[in-house]
Amino acid sequence: MTGMLALYIFMLAAFTGYEVISRVPVILHTPLMSGSNFVHGIVLVGAMVALGHAQGPLELTIGFIGVVLGAGNAVGGYVVTERMLEMFKSSGQNKNKGAH
Amino acid sequence: MDITSESSARLLIDASYLLVAFLFIMGLKQMSSPVTAKRGILWAGAGMVIATVVSFAYPGMSNYVLILAAIGVGSAIAWVTGKRVAMTDMPQMIALYNGMGGGAAAAIGAVELFSGEVHDSVALTLAVVGSVIGCVSFSGSLIAFGKLQGLIKKSYRFSGQQFFNVLLVLGIAASGVMVAMGGASTAVTATLFGLALLLGLTMTLPIGGADMPVVISLYNALTGLAVAFEGFVLNNAAMIIAGTVVGSAGTLLTQLMAKAMNRSLGNVLFSGFGDSGGGSSSAEAVTGSMKAIEANDVGVMMAFAQKVIVVPGYGMAVAQAQHKVWELTQLLQDKGVTVKFAIHPVAGRMPGHMNVLLAEAGVPYDIIADIDEVNAEFETADVALIIGANDVVNPVARTDKSSPIYGMPILNADKARNVIVIKRGQGAGFSGIENALFYLDNTRMLYGDGQAAVAQLIHSVKALG
Repeated sequence: MTGMLALYIFMLAAFTGYEVISRVPVILHTPLMSGSNFVHGIVLVGAMVALGHAQGPLELTIGFIGVVLGAGNAVGGYVVTERMLEMFKSSGQNKNKGAH
Repeated sequence: MDITSESSARLLIDASYLLVAFLFIMGLKQMSSPVTAKRGILWAGAGMVIATVVSFAYPGMSNYVLILAAIGVGSAIAWVTGKRVAMTDMPQMIALYNGMGGGAAAAIGAVELFSGEVHDSVALTLAVVGSVIGCVSFSGSLIAFGKLQGLIKKSYRFSGQQFFNVLLVLGIAASGVMVAMGGASTAVTATLFGLALLLGLTMTLPIGGADMPVVISLYNALTGLAVAFEGFVLNNAAMIIAGTVVGSAGTLLTQLMAKAMNRSLGNVLFSGFGDSGGGSSSAEAVTGSMKAIEANDVGVMMAFAQKVIVVPGYGMAVAQAQHKVWELTQLLQDKGVTVKFAIHPVAGRMPGHMNVLLAEAGVPYDIIADIDEVNAEFETADVALIIGANDVVNPVARTDKSSPIYGMPILNADKARNVIVIKRGQGAGFSGIENALFYLDNTRMLYGDGQAAVAQLIHSVKALG
């Protein structure tokens, strides 16, 4: 990928992020922050590649820590976001279940 | 691996990353509406699984056992903690996982820089910038976690702190330039990382607990940027796209939050309101007295009301009263009373946090209204029931220019015909500011623990038959 092309991707992705969030209701701010926190868990794949190419004890140690942290970001982000969104129900859905 | 299989592996990876980017963006898009939000996280989760599996096919990789072990360790820790955490503690968990992401980005930068295999000056610069941001986000998020979790109780400040931070930034800039020029010694690179980690600590320690949500949101955006920069270094399109999307979305979220709290971002980062506060005593002395009321009287008042608006605050969640409040709401609904929940943007510990806590108790989201929807309705409400909220209903925010919360949008609970405040004692709120609402003629105080008080209300409404 050339530097210029990467710059284009960067710009378009920045606009996309802004657009996707711009009309979000306040009630979803916390789950959405958590959801975007999960999405940057993609850092895991970078950490995997870094560890995969690491040589010598220093690089291997840092790479290992990187993958542990990256996996924590991805999995933790997913679990808490999913738990929060699981609870959002409208009145209709509540009545349908009839549990309460 | 020969050339053909290597290029076909690259093609597989690039094609998969395109799909991953699509799933992430569509996932986030769906997460911005309560109807589709659940599906959104599933899509994004599918994207993450695809990205992780495909990345094992990267050409020239080794250390597979270590990679699998590290994924196992990190996933297990996060899975267990994520499943166990109480909904009230959600903000600090988000901070913790976000810090891990920042740390991972910094670790990528460290491996690349220590290996000395990056020679391109643009890539070197981005590796340095991404590492610095990742380090700041890592140590800063850990402090934010510690503060909200109650592990760090004080806001540490010393004279010349700003000056010290400026020195740190200069030190980071100097060592960063040396590393980015290429050929820097291991010691210089290590110094760069050490200083960046220290900056995260000294930037976050002085910030008070009330401002932490904005800080966490900011670090979330910063981690996104760090991931994007390290993505450039690794030539990884999925990281660039996902990191940048989060970086810009996170910046917007941070601005929305700061605005809802009537604070500018600079104000949050560089001044000290939000912890001790209240030191600036209000110029207008609050006059009048607080008038107490019994639970039975409140029960009657609400049972025969047309419309009741509940204003919940973090105090309700701390008292674990949200389930009782929902039970009371259902009783009133059965009697034909219209009940609404009014949520201030900063109710709870983070914008939207209160909605999560109410949803946990089973309150459907369509009777929960935010400030713009509900503020005009207070005038037609018979009862405004304030439970655990304080500053967000304080009318001095409209009138008293000397108050630290002047100008903050508030819920107009004082416009309701009757205002009932459930409160433990007579003390001031989180910010330490005296609340003029408590002294109004149409306000009555129902003293007691949130959960016990609501239980009494339920009892008295039931007694009416």
